[in-house]
Amino acid sequence: MSKSILGLFLDPNSAADAMDGLKESGFEQGSFDVLTGTPYPEGAFGEHVPQHRLFRFPAFGAIIGFSASLFLTSATQLAYPLITGGKPILSIFAMLIIMYEMTMLSAVIFSVIGIIFESRLPNIHPSAYDPRITEGYIGVVISVEDKDLNKAKAVFEKTGSEEVKVV
Amino acid sequence: MQQRKSVTQEYTNSVLLNGTLETPKWWPYLVSILSFFVLVGIGLFFVQIYYGLGVTGLSRPVYWGLYITTFVFWVGISHAGIMISAILRLTQAEWRRPVTRAAEILTIFSLLTALVFPLIHAGRTWRIIYWLLPFDFARGIWPNIRSPLFMDPIAIGTYLTGSTLFLFVALIPDLAVLRDRTTGLRKGFYTILAMGWRGNPRQWKMQVVGGILLSALMLPIFVSVHSIVSWDFAVTIGVEGWHSTIFAPYFVIGAVHSGVSAVVTMMALMRWGWGWNDFIRPEHFDALARLLTVVATAWLGFTFLELLFSLYGLDAPEIALREMQIFQYPWNMLFLLFLLTGFIIPVPMWLFKRVRTNIALMFWSSIMVNIGMWLERFLIIVPGLSRKTPFVFTWESYTPSWFEWYILFWSFCWVTLLMLLFSKVFPLVPLFEQKESEVFSDSVKIGRANVPTIFREEEE
Repeated sequence: MSKSILGLFLDPNSAADAMDGLKESGFEQGSFDVLTGTPYPEGAFGEHVPQHRLFRFPAFGAIIGFSASLFLTSATQLAYPLITGGKPILSIFAMLIIMYEMTMLSAVIFSVIGIIFESRLPNIHPSAYDPRITEGYIGVVISVEDKDLNKAKAVFEKTGSEEVKVV
Repeated sequence: MQQRKSVTQEYTNSVLLNGTLETPKWWPYLVSILSFFVLVGIGLFFVQIYYGLGVTGLSRPVYWGLYITTFVFWVGISHAGIMISAILRLTQAEWRRPVTRAAEILTIFSLLTALVFPLIHAGRTWRIIYWLLPFDFARGIWPNIRSPLFMDPIAIGTYLTGSTLFLFVALIPDLAVLRDRTTGLRKGFYTILAMGWRGNPRQWKMQVVGGILLSALMLPIFVSVHSIVSWDFAVTIGVEGWHSTIFAPYFVIGAVHSGVSAVVTMMALMRWGWGWNDFIRPEHFDALARLLTVVATAWLGFTFLELLFSLYGLDAPEIALREMQIFQYPWNMLFLLFLLTGFIIPVPMWLFKRVRTNIALMFWSSIMVNIGMWLERFLIIVPGLSRKTPFVFTWESYTPSWFEWYILFWSFCWVTLLMLLFSKVFPLVPLFEQKESEVFSDSVKIGRANVPTIFREEEE
């Protein structure tokens, strides 16, 4: 059965040592993670630098928003074709303003969906965690099989963990 | 950042959450008083619905008065959020950190308030649905997309939705802090909103990249909103003083001037109310005053350009309007007050560092700017309509009724009440931004001098 172990550190260097120790002990890179209460510089703990596809979301959203607004602005005018001052039914400049706003709105909405999705939220089954992480402690968390439990704990103790929690 | 004091994350949490997890002594009294004024205002709105717009001073030819002036004023204030939050985030200005959340909230609440004013102004509020939504399938009559009065709610709706989402994304890490520090029902509430945030590198990366992406997307919306509000006036050919080609940039820069000033007011109140002296420091007021000096000067340039362009055409009605606006009583008094409070008094004050770092002086000068900016909108909207023109036989000028003055007062009470209620549920200063600032700051010894430094990650 798989268990989640959390080592709490006060010093960023000790947390980085724990991450290195886990790597050297043969644990897979994706099985452990570092948890902090504030952003640290990328790679500060020797962690795996996450890849993302966030920028696809606003592009997709913009296409949807543009298409929907094009349909809405043109269809409503064509559905009630009232000629004003001999001008064309479709008022392109006015349409462009509405289309611009709706395109941007949709791009923003999809960006937020993208941020939440790429952050892997909502996280319904969170593994080991400690409220002190949002108070300045740095948590190193790893999911291990029972047989590897002591090996992981040993790494945390050796690198100066303040506390080790097993969930 | 010479005034920075090194603090722990625990200290940051305890101080910046003192308004959320505890209740300041003044909070219940102020909320009760404001609630009373807000309820009276809502009551008056229903009285106006019952008796009609006759309770206002609106009459031919002045159909747009205090309500529309206040609508434009609050849309202007809303430009604080994105100006401060997005531009300063994109340029990685370090001093933005304590300011961003307050500016974003001010954007949202002032937009919500602005949206209320056309509803009040319309008289028969419920009929606005025909004007806005393409739903009347039975008769096949759709909104007129050629009208800026339709473009306006679309732009404001986009800005409001975008700003709210922008605020929510930046709130997630702070919601996790609150989740970790509350119990019972409140914990449940924050647990749902925090969505299981843990603070791993992927989530932090999304906060940083996502923040920059949303800032970049919100900026063009920010510019478009007040441009479209200006077209409510500028595309009206028949009203002198409204039909101006530079109204869009003029309105945007004016909005930034009033919005950033409102942020200064709010920051001073936050510092005094919650005692966040370690986080909202004189250096932040100094930076905002420098920004305001530039913005105010640009705005003054547009004010005179607008005047110049209107006179340059030698169009008799336009010249007559300007004469009335600048030289005839009572407009001349308002015009003078507008120039004095909008630029002539505050901007020379801000040239002195002693003023820029004096919080009381910054507070009063920022209030002054917003009196001036409200008057600016009033002087744009009302004189153009109240002037004697052919085919208008009722030449009465406009005097706002006490109803309208109260609704203006109500709007300030309403925004303040919303801010206070927000402060009881969510932190007004972004906690994680403050903590990040601690991680990225240090001091470097150069020769014999110890120089405080801020590190910045190189973008890939």
